[in-house]
Amino acid sequence: MFDHRKRLIKWITIIFSLLVLLIFSIFMSLMIGVMGPIGKGVPDKEKIGMEEIFQILIGKGSYPSTHKSIILDIRLPRILLAGIIGAALATAGCAMQGIFRNPMASPYILGISSGAAFGAALAIVIGLNIFGLNSVQILAFSFALLDIFIVYNIAKYKGAVPTENLLLAGIAVGYFFSALVSFIKYIAGEELRTIVFWLMGGLWNASWEKVYMTFPLAVLGIFILFLFSRELNIMLTGEISAMSVGINVEQTKKIILIFSTLITAISVSVAGIIGFVGLIIPHIMRLLVGSDHRILIPSSCLMGATFLILTDALARSIIQPSEIPVGIITSLFGVPFFIYLLRRKKTVRWW
Amino acid sequence: MKIKVKNVSFSYGSIKALENVSFEIENEFVGIIGPNGSGKTTLLNCMAGFLKSDGCILINGKDINKLDRKKVAREIGIVPQIPNISFPLTVFDIVLMGRNPHKKMLEFMNEKDIKIANDAMEAVGIEHLADRTITELSGGELQKVIIARALAQQPNILLLDEPTAHLDIHHQIEILSLIKSLIGKGITAIAVLHDLNLASCFCDKIILLNKGKIFAIGNVKEVITPDNIYTVYGIRVDILQHPKSKKPVIIFPE
Repeated sequence: MFDHRKRLIKWITIIFSLLVLLIFSIFMSLMIGVMGPIGKGVPDKEKIGMEEIFQILIGKGSYPSTHKSIILDIRLPRILLAGIIGAALATAGCAMQGIFRNPMASPYILGISSGAAFGAALAIVIGLNIFGLNSVQILAFSFALLDIFIVYNIAKYKGAVPTENLLLAGIAVGYFFSALVSFIKYIAGEELRTIVFWLMGGLWNASWEKVYMTFPLAVLGIFILFLFSRELNIMLTGEISAMSVGINVEQTKKIILIFSTLITAISVSVAGIIGFVGLIIPHIMRLLVGSDHRILIPSSCLMGATFLILTDALARSIIQPSEIPVGIITSLFGVPFFIYLLRRKKTVRWW
Repeated sequence: MKIKVKNVSFSYGSIKALENVSFEIENEFVGIIGPNGSGKTTLLNCMAGFLKSDGCILINGKDINKLDRKKVAREIGIVPQIPNISFPLTVFDIVLMGRNPHKKMLEFMNEKDIKIANDAMEAVGIEHLADRTITELSGGELQKVIIARALAQQPNILLLDEPTAHLDIHHQIEILSLIKSLIGKGITAIAVLHDLNLASCFCDKIILLNKGKIFAIGNVKEVITPDNIYTVYGIRVDILQHPKSKKPVIIFPE
C-alpha cells in the first residue's frame, strides 16, 4: 500500500518551508542598499533603521519621507518584480522540460529570448514611441510572441506538433533573430551600450507599473501550468502512453506552450534576458523534491522567486554604489550550488 | 464488450500498411500474428484510435474515431511497447494515472481511485513495488506496471503491443496467464504476439496478417497450419499436437 497521506504531509512541509524562505529573503533584501541598514554608503545616523523598515511597511511611526520612498518606491517594487520574474521563469522552465522530456529545455529553448532581444534592440535603436508607452517592453513582448507563432507553425505537421520539430524550428528561428540582433548591434553606434545592458538582463528599472503589468499575467500563467501538473506527469511517460490514458496530447502541449510562452515573454520584456533561473532552478528542485509536477511546479516557483530576489540583492550591493547585471550573479552563484547537488546525488538517476 | 473492425485501411504516405481489414470479436483473447511489417502494430494503433484509419472501429456500436480520448480510454486500456520512462515517478503514481480518463480536468483523485489503483497492482502482483520508483524496475516489472495502469482504467477492451517482448519465459507465461484470466471478467483482449507457440497456447482466436491483409482468422488450429506458416513467413515447420491441450505446437525442422 502506498501511503499518500504521509507524502501529502511531506509536500505541505516543503511548500511551507519554501514560503518561509521566500518571506525571509524579501525582508533580507529590503534591508540591503546604500542607505542601509545593510550596506555602506552613508554615515550610520543617516541610515535607515531596521525598526524603521517595519514601521514603513505597516505605515505607523515617524520616519523621513526619503526613507519611505526608498523602501516603498525603490526597493519593494524591485524585490516584488524579481520575485515574480524568478517564479515565472522557473515555472516555465519546469513546464518546458516536462513537455519536451529534455533536461536541456529552458523557457528560452524555442527562441523566445532572441525574438524579444530583437524587439528590444529595434525599439532602442529607432527610439520608437507608441502612445507614450515603453516601446522596448512592447516590442520585446510582441517579438517574443511572434517568434513562438512562427516556430509553432513551422513545426506543425498534419495537425500535430512533434516536439522534435518544435525544438529544431525553435533553434532555427532563434538563430535568425540572433543574427538580426547582431546586425542591429553592429549598426547601433551610441545605443550599443543600452542594447548590451538590456541583453544581460537586470531589474534596475523596476517600478510599480512594471509590477502591476507583470503580476496578473504571471500569476495566471503559473496557476494554469500548476493545474496541468497531472497532465505533465502523464506526458513524462511518453506521448503514446499519455494518449492511452485519455490525454489529448496535442491540445495539452499547445496550452502548456502558450502559457509558458506568455509568462516568459512578459518576464523578458520587463527584465531582459536573465539566464540560468529557468534552466537550473527546476533541476535543483527536481533533485530536492522529485519529479512529480504537483510538488515540482509550486516548489520551483517559490524557489525561483527566492533565488532571483537574493541574487538581485547581491547584484545591487556587491559593488556599491554601482551594480552588476543580475544575470551574471545568477550564474556565478547558482552554478557551483547546482554542481554540488549534482555531485552529491550522482549515484541516483535523477533525470 | 464487442469490438468491430470494419473495412479498415491505413497508409503511411504512399505505402499501404493495412488494406480492408474487417473482423468482430467479443470476450475472448485474440492474438495478432504475422511477419515484421505485416501491419500488426498499425492495426493495433488504428484500433486504439492513435492512427486515423479509413473505415471504422466500433465499440458497442460507437465509432472510436468520433469519441474524444478520455471516452476511448474508458473503454480501451492500452499497453504500449514498454515506454522508456527516465523520470523517477513512483509505481503507485504511474498506476494511478490509469484513473485519469475517469476524471474531469481538475478533479482530484479520491479514495475510490486509490483503491482501484491498489486493486490493479494486486491483480498483477506488484503491490510490493508501490513506492519504488519506476526507474529502478526490471523489464518484467515495468511491463506489469503498465498492465496495472491499463487495468486501473477499468476498460472493457485491452490492447497489448508485444506484451512479452524482452521478457524471460517465466514472465512471458505469467503475463499471458494474467491476460487470459481477465477474459472471464468480461474483458476482450487483443495482443500482438511474435511467439507462435505462446499465441497457440494462450489465445482463443488468432488473426494472421500478411502484407496488411488478413490472411487467416479463426481458432488456433485453423490458423496455425504448416501451409499458412509457409505462405506467410516463408519457412517450413512441423506442427505437433500438445499432449494435453491438443493445441498446435510448432517445431522447426533441422
